Amino acid sequence: MNPAVDSANRAQLLNGIRRSLRRGELAGEERRAVEQRLAAPPRGPAVARAALPASEKVALFCQWAEANNATVAHVTVADAPAEVVAYLVRNNLPAQAAIAPSSQLDAYDWASQKMLSLRRGRGEAGDQVSITGAFAAIAETGTLVMTSGPDHPVTLNLLPETHVVVLREADIVGGYEDVWDRLRQRYDKGRLPRTVNTITGPSRTGDIEQTIELGAHGPRRMHILVVRE
Amino acid sequence: MQSTAHDFKENVEAALADSNLQDSLSKLKTGFSERRRQAAERLPEFEVLRDHARDIKNHALAHLDFYLEEFERKVTALGGHVHWAPTAEDARQIIADLCRSVGARSVAKSKSMVAEEIALNEHLEALGIAPIETDLGEYIIQLRHEPPSHIIAPAVHLTKDQVADTFLEHHSKLGFTKRLTERNDLVAEARHVLRRKFIDADVGLTGANFLVAETGSSMLVTNEGNADLSNTLPRMHIVLASIEKVIPTLEDAAVLLRVLARSATGQESSAYTTLNTGPKRPQDLDGPEHYHVVILDNGRSAVLGTKMQDMLRCIRCGACMNHCPVYGAIGGHAYGWVYPGPIGAVLTPQLIGVEEAGDLPNASTFCGRCESVCPVRIPLPGLMRHWREREFERHLTPRPVRQGLALWSFMARRPPLYRLATAMANRLLALFGRTDGRYRRLPLAGAWTRYRDFPAPPPGGTFHAQWKRRRS
Repeated sequence: MNPAVDSANRAQLLNGIRRSLRRGELAGEERRAVEQRLAAPPRGPAVARAALPASEKVALFCQWAEANNATVAHVTVADAPAEVVAYLVRNNLPAQAAIAPSSQLDAYDWASQKMLSLRRGRGEAGDQVSITGAFAAIAETGTLVMTSGPDHPVTLNLLPETHVVVLREADIVGGYEDVWDRLRQRYDKGRLPRTVNTITGPSRTGDIEQTIELGAHGPRRMHILVVRE
Repeated sequence: MQSTAHDFKENVEAALADSNLQDSLSKLKTGFSERRRQAAERLPEFEVLRDHARDIKNHALAHLDFYLEEFERKVTALGGHVHWAPTAEDARQIIADLCRSVGARSVAKSKSMVAEEIALNEHLEALGIAPIETDLGEYIIQLRHEPPSHIIAPAVHLTKDQVADTFLEHHSKLGFTKRLTERNDLVAEARHVLRRKFIDADVGLTGANFLVAETGSSMLVTNEGNADLSNTLPRMHIVLASIEKVIPTLEDAAVLLRVLARSATGQESSAYTTLNTGPKRPQDLDGPEHYHVVILDNGRSAVLGTKMQDMLRCIRCGACMNHCPVYGAIGGHAYGWVYPGPIGAVLTPQLIGVEEAGDLPNASTFCGRCESVCPVRIPLPGLMRHWREREFERHLTPRPVRQGLALWSFMARRPPLYRLATAMANRLLALFGRTDGRYRRLPLAGAWTRYRDFPAPPPGGTFHAQWKRRRS
């Protein structure tokens, strides 16, 4: 990288844009208006489906998650570990999983499941099953939202064949915009975590004859435990 | 990528005669288009969202320099780097330098049309760096040394059997010696082969659907998960995006996402929509140490502020080609460059010149389906008409067409003569043995009747004659 070339390229590109727009660098009232829009982002048209009461949000989330080939179980905090094991048994999967090292997941009584062997950490290529939490979920489309950090390595969302997600019912929101609000609350504005993954069902491809096949590169199966606290 | 757009007519002949291609294309009508219709019907606000999506992109284009600088500021604050590439050559150079800075031997690539546009793979190969396409469709066509034929489904021109043959040919040396017949087995084999390559790759290169100025995030919309493996496993993540991808805020992204997946594949949401913001944080357990964004112009900024600016609203959903009768008949390769279909017919002359690609905007009946499904309401037929006018002005139109048009305009400006001539032509046509209201062959119209019948004039004389009778 040559810094002089870099900055010449930058000037050439930005000046090209300004020449075409027949103005110089944005200034004065026009600049203030755009800065204002950036500071207080206006929401787009309201989508009725994203604005349901809390009880219906859960049902809508589950409906769309299942429509996108995820499976859903409703559990209490106490039942969650047993449901994970039962799911693995039902699907002939090993009772071994990589689990996100998060305090939220630590609160579950995993030790009650003698069969289940857990490894805390990031996902590795050979992992069959991962267990993670979720930052939020979007009812509008049945989408899970995962934020990266020491307590949630991104590889857990991607490498294993089966992804088990422990989702607190209270974290199900209406639409994307509600997730953005939560992100801004949790993280400083403009300081998002490295990755925000929004994930809707298992990995899929339609690249052969436009026919959907699951498990292209990411998980083949996704099981969501909706936990009522 | 080397253009063959100037050979458009020859390309079309080959496409029409390719039975595998015609088989694959026949599935488009019931595949993407039907799914898009159903998805649009399921969301009552869809049309309002399209208006809004158009307005957001127009706003972003009018303030493009501001939002790009804002995006750069945010990326830099989080430890990432933004590079500016006025030309394709600049972008290739920047990416090659970045790859060499980490001693890269292979690059895991997630599907990027901009990377196709700058012919990145050829460039990396020449430098001894192996580009590995990881999107299933892109992987298939990379093995076959073919260009993509569709912007979201690059291997849509191939049948399952062709994929099976390709995998057998290339995977048998890896121990996969059985020819597969089921789609899910083909997908599983590709997953297995590519997983190893992901882990070995030094650099992950992705495109971006959007660059969000507010947060300095690149946003990727995918289904397979390969883009996310590309931006998470290797030591360096490079995002390659063109200037018009920048949008102001996450709220704007929400509107665009609602129309993008539905228009593209008819999904409510794609499986993975990912925001990447900077490199791995100190406490993170995974992610790249280096995060770079390369912003490419390559002729786009010249369209700003002109009548053609609308083309820059495109969010690359592919709906225009899924609904285009011309694309449906000839597929993507015939267009001869990176972007096929109606948006290709509009973009290609801008990016590589009307001299090279002037035939593309002529391949349209102006039926208007592309415009009617475009999520950001790009007036595609109008833009194609503009290129036709340019082509005509520059005297690039073939002589017979120019002479024909000159003759027609001479007649049209002399109504009595025009009426006389059309009435005579009408009667003359009746002499050429009409069958079932169509002509199988017609003098001076061989180019037309070689592929389709010519409709016979309806009984009752010319349009003018019928109009006159009806009004009286």
